[in-house]
Amino acid sequence: MTLRGDTTSSVRGVADVAPDPMLPRPFRVQDVRHDTDDTVTLWLDPLDGEPLGFAAGQFTMLQAFGVGEVPISISGDPGDPRYLQHTIRDVGGVTAALVRARVGDVLGVRGPYGVGWGVRDAAGADVVVVAGGIGLAPLRPALLELLGNREQFRRAVLVYGARSPADLLFPAELEAWADRPDLDVAVTVDHAPSGYRGRVGLVTEPLARAGLDPGRTLALVCGPEVMMRHVAEDLVRLGVPPAWVRLSLERNMRCGVGLCGHCQLRELFICVDGPVLGLDRAAPLITVREL
Amino acid sequence: MRTMKELLEAHPFFAGLDDEAIELVVGCATNVHFDPDEYLFRLGDPADRFYVVRHGRVALELHVPGSGQQVVDTVEEDQVLGWSWLVPPHRWFLDARAVMPTSAISLDGVCLRGKCDEDPALGYAFMQRVAHVMYERLQSARVRLLDLYGGGRDAAR
Amino acid sequence: MATEAVLDLAGLQALVDALRERGYTVLGPVVRDGAVVPAPVSSVDELPRGWGDEQDGAFYRLRRRDDDALFGFASGAQSWKPVLFPARQLLWQGRRTGDGFTVEEPTDAGSRFGSPPYALLGVRSCDLHAIGIHDRVLLGRAGVDAHYAAARQDVFVVAVACSDPSGTCFCVSMRTGPRPESGFDLCLTEISTAADGHRLVAEAGSDRGAEILAALPAEHAAAAVEADRAAAAQVTEVATGRMGRQLDTEGLRDVLYAGVESPRWDDVASRCLACTNCTLVCPTCFCTSVDDETDLTGDVASRRRSWDSCFTGDFSHLHGGSVRASVRSRYRQWATHKLASWYDQFGTSGCVGCGRCITWCPAAIDITEEAAAVRADPGPPSASAEGA
Repeated sequence: MTLRGDTTSSVRGVADVAPDPMLPRPFRVQDVRHDTDDTVTLWLDPLDGEPLGFAAGQFTMLQAFGVGEVPISISGDPGDPRYLQHTIRDVGGVTAALVRARVGDVLGVRGPYGVGWGVRDAAGADVVVVAGGIGLAPLRPALLELLGNREQFRRAVLVYGARSPADLLFPAELEAWADRPDLDVAVTVDHAPSGYRGRVGLVTEPLARAGLDPGRTLALVCGPEVMMRHVAEDLVRLGVPPAWVRLSLERNMRCGVGLCGHCQLRELFICVDGPVLGLDRAAPLITVREL
Repeated sequence: MRTMKELLEAHPFFAGLDDEAIELVVGCATNVHFDPDEYLFRLGDPADRFYVVRHGRVALELHVPGSGQQVVDTVEEDQVLGWSWLVPPHRWFLDARAVMPTSAISLDGVCLRGKCDEDPALGYAFMQRVAHVMYERLQSARVRLLDLYGGGRDAAR
Repeated sequence: MATEAVLDLAGLQALVDALRERGYTVLGPVVRDGAVVPAPVSSVDELPRGWGDEQDGAFYRLRRRDDDALFGFASGAQSWKPVLFPARQLLWQGRRTGDGFTVEEPTDAGSRFGSPPYALLGVRSCDLHAIGIHDRVLLGRAGVDAHYAAARQDVFVVAVACSDPSGTCFCVSMRTGPRPESGFDLCLTEISTAADGHRLVAEAGSDRGAEILAALPAEHAAAAVEADRAAAAQVTEVATGRMGRQLDTEGLRDVLYAGVESPRWDDVASRCLACTNCTLVCPTCFCTSVDDETDLTGDVASRRRSWDSCFTGDFSHLHGGSVRASVRSRYRQWATHKLASWYDQFGTSGCVGCGRCITWCPAAIDITEEAAAVRADPGPPSASAEGA
């Protein structure tokens, strides 16, 4: 299996001057799980045998051969990077091709990129993870890191909202997490068919009753931007300092390494300065329409 | 075994009400309990009760032709259920069904309305609290109306 | 090693020849289709002798000078950006195999300008600063642009000190000219264009610049005397006083951050066509897009990078809509990035005062005027008015 073509022509090739961050690494699809009607989780095996180590909250530029690339958060366990795990939602374009990947297909991967959640910053403090919809996928690695090092943190709370019970991600894991005495789990859906026994309402409703110590809480928030803004406001109102409310922002990305310019939010490159940002830095920017 | 007065005082809805006011309310209150799938009330029934949920969870449901019965809200511990006793035409416009063993305090709506008519200060205190509950439910419904998790073309930004 | 010399036309030709002998593809300004653009040159005769230019908002014309100056025009229609950072660049080609796919990098970094290493003849100070800015943006951070690195490798810069700024020049405001200070191998100042005594003072800015100067035939590369240096300084003094525009850069970053809701943005939006001309001609703009294509069999894929512009409707596309849907927000983004955010990102302004965006804007929108207007009327504070 060759990764590079022949670059021994007499004219100096690109590779001789600087390594090109735009070259993908091939990964083979090891397993596919259909999570909901528009979301799948893929487990990817690096063809060159080198596991992709990453920090919770980072993403890769995932490529469907000949179609294109999109930034996708890594949804696996940072403590066990043997297979690269991605949970992808079909929103058209490249993602439509990725959710149709089958076992044995080879995808291109660049990364990992970006600033992660920084879970360890909360050593000795409470951690609340607030996820909306597909936002649970980028937060899953943070949760696993937290649970894998549980004794380092005080209270741990997961607040998760989705549209309906059928849209809940990782339902088996959610149940297992809810059973743990060292993790409080509050799941809320927007609406549900009759017979559903869980909470129906707005995702933020359980926050006020979570019993957090706001002066010693790290909040990790991911979901649609409007939802993140509301959650962030609620957390600040509860007394969590803005610098301790971390959001994962999303913008159009074409390179993932700060060169293409697409992901800029005023002076920030979301791919390099983010995607995880403290509310103290993000709030002045995400509250300006069309910035 | 706590008295009704103690139970009412412990519930967040009644926080800030003075002793006299609580005593007035006690006169309209009874303890109730519902088993899972037991209905508290049904759409169209006369709305003459007000529930203060102590433990458990109640699902508020509407029937949608084609999709069947849908849960649009749940009410649980420390929350209250029902304002149709205060607002004409005093009829429930949802079904309410317990989805787990639920204990609540049931307040007689007619009795409460009578006491509020006699004591406007009490009435105002109730109005303030109910208005707050309605505000929160309205905000919750409005934000869910945006269908933010929907994604794609229809998602609000 | 000579650090300066005075060249005549034959000496300049000898310089071009020496560069070519050393393996450089020499690129210089030429007149083509009514404008001055960069192209491969091998002879001094190909340079725009006797040509000047007139530039203003939405206006560019070449005009015949009454002398034989080689560099008597201001900024050309393009900077050196298309040479070092081509508008369309093949990044790699992939080929499907039984096992997945291979990735092949292009072996020839050549383009319509020929193959590197390039010798750039006639680089103005503004454009030289722009190259320095691109070095910082494309080479100086975590993600390195490997293709720019390859094209940039060993570039030999023969800079030119401007004598005739145009109506849209404002390098003095941006402190990027009109005289190149550093970053060049040689810097030429045309001090005389008389038919019998065309003379250019050549100053070396690097060892290899000095080395090549020393190698030129002495009869065409004389020693410089005090009068020559004075004449060169005079060229710069005159050029400095003839800027076409000016921009007050005092606190400009904070002015633009605070002016995020200025009514001026609505005003410029009523004129801006979002045609992207400004970003195309701007020597520091660097935004690109990437697209993957396959051949008909689907077995060979090519990834190409091409220039993109923050003015396009889908530049900020996200989930079925664009973050910056209005032209107002897009012009604001470009101007704020260029004059303000750039400081936070790269430590300098993004603007080098070349004036091309003013000249080539079909609506004659003038960035210096817009910035001054926002300064004059910053509008209401946003929900959080202070900068980062």
